[in-house]
Amino acid sequence: MSDEYEHKLEAKSDYVSDASSGTSASDIDKLPPAELPDQELYHSHSWWTTYVFSQDAKYIGVQYACTAIGTGILGLVLSWLMRLQIAFPGLGLLEPSAYYQFVTMHGMIMVIYLLTALFLGGFGNFLIPLMCGSRDMAFPYVNMVSYWMFLVAVLVLLSSFFVPGGPTGAGWTLYPPQAITSGTPGHNMGIILMLVSLVLFVAGFTMGGLNYIVTVLQLRTRGMTLMRLPLTVWGIFVATILALLAFPALLVGGLMMTLDGLLGTSFFMPAIVSMGEQLKYEGGSPILFQHLFWFFGHPEVYIVALPAFGIVSDLISIHARKNIFGYRMMVWAIVGIGALSFFVWAHHMYVAGMNPWFGFFFATTTLIIAVPTAIKVYNWILTLWRGNIQLSLPMLFSLGFIVTFLNGGLTGLFLGNVTVDVPLSDTYFVVAHFHMVMGIAPVLVVFGAIYHWYPLITGRMLNETLGKIHFWITFVGSYAIYFPMHYQGFIGVPRRYFEIYDSPYIETSTMGLNVFITVAALIVGAAQLLFIYNLISSARLGKKAEKNPWKANSLEWQTPEMPPAHGNWGKEMPKVYRWPYDYSVPGAKEDYIPQNVAPSAVTEAKVEKS
Amino acid sequence: MNKFFKTLAEKPWEESQAKIDNEHLGKTLSLSKYKLGLRTIMVVSTIIFSFFIIAYADRMLIHDWRSMPEPWLLWANTGILILSSIIFHLTKIASDRQHNDKIKKGLYFIGFLAYTFLFSQLLVWYQLLNSGYYAATNPANAFFYLFTALHGLHLIGGLYFLGRTTSKFLRNNSKVQEIQHTIELCAIYWHFLLAVWIVLFGLMLFT
Repeated sequence: MSDEYEHKLEAKSDYVSDASSGTSASDIDKLPPAELPDQELYHSHSWWTTYVFSQDAKYIGVQYACTAIGTGILGLVLSWLMRLQIAFPGLGLLEPSAYYQFVTMHGMIMVIYLLTALFLGGFGNFLIPLMCGSRDMAFPYVNMVSYWMFLVAVLVLLSSFFVPGGPTGAGWTLYPPQAITSGTPGHNMGIILMLVSLVLFVAGFTMGGLNYIVTVLQLRTRGMTLMRLPLTVWGIFVATILALLAFPALLVGGLMMTLDGLLGTSFFMPAIVSMGEQLKYEGGSPILFQHLFWFFGHPEVYIVALPAFGIVSDLISIHARKNIFGYRMMVWAIVGIGALSFFVWAHHMYVAGMNPWFGFFFATTTLIIAVPTAIKVYNWILTLWRGNIQLSLPMLFSLGFIVTFLNGGLTGLFLGNVTVDVPLSDTYFVVAHFHMVMGIAPVLVVFGAIYHWYPLITGRMLNETLGKIHFWITFVGSYAIYFPMHYQGFIGVPRRYFEIYDSPYIETSTMGLNVFITVAALIVGAAQLLFIYNLISSARLGKKAEKNPWKANSLEWQTPEMPPAHGNWGKEMPKVYRWPYDYSVPGAKEDYIPQNVAPSAVTEAKVEKS
Repeated sequence: MNKFFKTLAEKPWEESQAKIDNEHLGKTLSLSKYKLGLRTIMVVSTIIFSFFIIAYADRMLIHDWRSMPEPWLLWANTGILILSSIIFHLTKIASDRQHNDKIKKGLYFIGFLAYTFLFSQLLVWYQLLNSGYYAATNPANAFFYLFTALHGLHLIGGLYFLGRTTSKFLRNNSKVQEIQHTIELCAIYWHFLLAVWIVLFGLMLFT
């Protein structure tokens, strides 16, 4: 510690932990005195700074989660409308332009404003400080600004529904030139608002990401090495690094396209004739935008998936009362997937035309990334193997996740090969694939995680019966929606068409399936509203949760108060003596040993060698 | 890097490893959180500018590219940035030695130079726009405006922190220790912005 400044700064802190007050004097618990002084903490003084402009990471996490879920409900409603239009085109429910606008907004909202914001902003803010054993994030003020930037980004996005021309209908990939040429819905204001919203989101996220990185690396409590962190933190941490490296590509692409739209520059716009008129653009490269977009877009898949991987590992381990199988391998897989995810982006562009060797390279990397992913799936299954599986709600959702992720991952292997991808591209097979792998699978983890950590946030349990109904409808229902879509893809039904009812080349079975899918989608969507009802009503009426209701080891359940108070830990910071997976240790009285239990308190437990 | 792989190879469940881990103090790097935060920001900025450079290199190859003239004022501005980097280095040394007077003069001078730079960049924009080099006329022009605008925004961000440091210093004159660290961080950021500018300016100069 050469840093004088920090010493001075932190010495002013309100809490000063005193190592000599450690009670257990036993030799095996020996810890060095606290060389690092306690973290300084911002204390709010008014109602506004406590509940609205809060700098407490836990509040910010809940704010992020509520905003993200609120936006997600809009995305859900949009998908209902789209499904109704596809199944019953005769009703004339949507104009073609409205259909495209809804497709675009549904995609963008679900990927970025719901899943990314919920996993990193919501779970990241709530769990990182608690799981690392710190009082708060490294820069609480910046963290607060991050949330408010996100909220503004959401509002800008939603405002595009009310401008002339409506929101953009360019598809969530926003490819130029069509995104800003006439004929595409929202080519004036809509696309600009979308790009501005994305730029704001990236800026806000960078502030949050800065906090996650610094907190995980520098503000852990004593004894918490990186390899003693729960996999949830590993997943969020690596996903944050991915996001910080990948979002700049979106930012750059977005800024340049904004200028193309507003100032008439030709970054991405080639010479083009629109409505019989030669536009002023010349020489720009739409392919360049695709590269920039997918250099962001593919890591984005893993920005969503890695936190889900991490969270589900913890859920499975806790609810099967077993240590996670191959902890180190899981960490390596997370890091490996993160690194590889930057070398696969062009597999989204096979049909854009590319050198065959280029396609060959990306097909190869795509197949390689399946290896660490498969390792993770095997490890989850081996964790369950002979575990004491509790079929609690988080476990049900985790099991649902494994199956769904496997399913979506396998179709990903098909699509990763150029020769298979070319005929399947732009069909419903692709729609089914990505909804399974990065829609349903992460969302199941989100649900599992909410059922798991809800008691920590509110001090009450969610209603179990409603939860079971929610699980079974969601799980079975998503298969009812997406399995038929795989088949539709195989018989060549194209995606993005707003009506296909009597096209001669479409099999007649398609129409019946479309109705079936739509009915399933309406039911699954309604089940989510049931879940929202459960969230709201249980906050007041739910059964009071005991402390550490799932008997988990990780630090977030070991706070002196539950729900954790401001500053998380009381006077003294926790000390960590073990990894978070000491479940069912032979010889131990309880089947779990929390991370902060000293070895002297559990002398009878034999450390498991594996 | 080696240390990173060693960390990943640890077996946290082993008793022998647990003994070592229990001694761990909770920090991965011996840096202040502010310095790590600054480094993270600089990495993200570097990536943003790298993407722009890649886009520039890609767009440059198309036949409609017409390079832009570099007004002499840009050379003067480069000089201003170099000068302010040197002054910042000297101010940092002064703050290490706790020469309050020199620090104050240094901070004022750096602020003055930064505003001069920004104003002078706007002047370059004004000159170019007046001689018909609009952003829409040619991608080379568009890139020039984009680069200068982003670099300027980065400098404005830096100025915010420089302003906070200066006012903190003026409020309690005697406590140099409180701003030593921020002066060091601002100095690093200023050098970083100089490096970014030299790369961008060089790129535009040689293509």
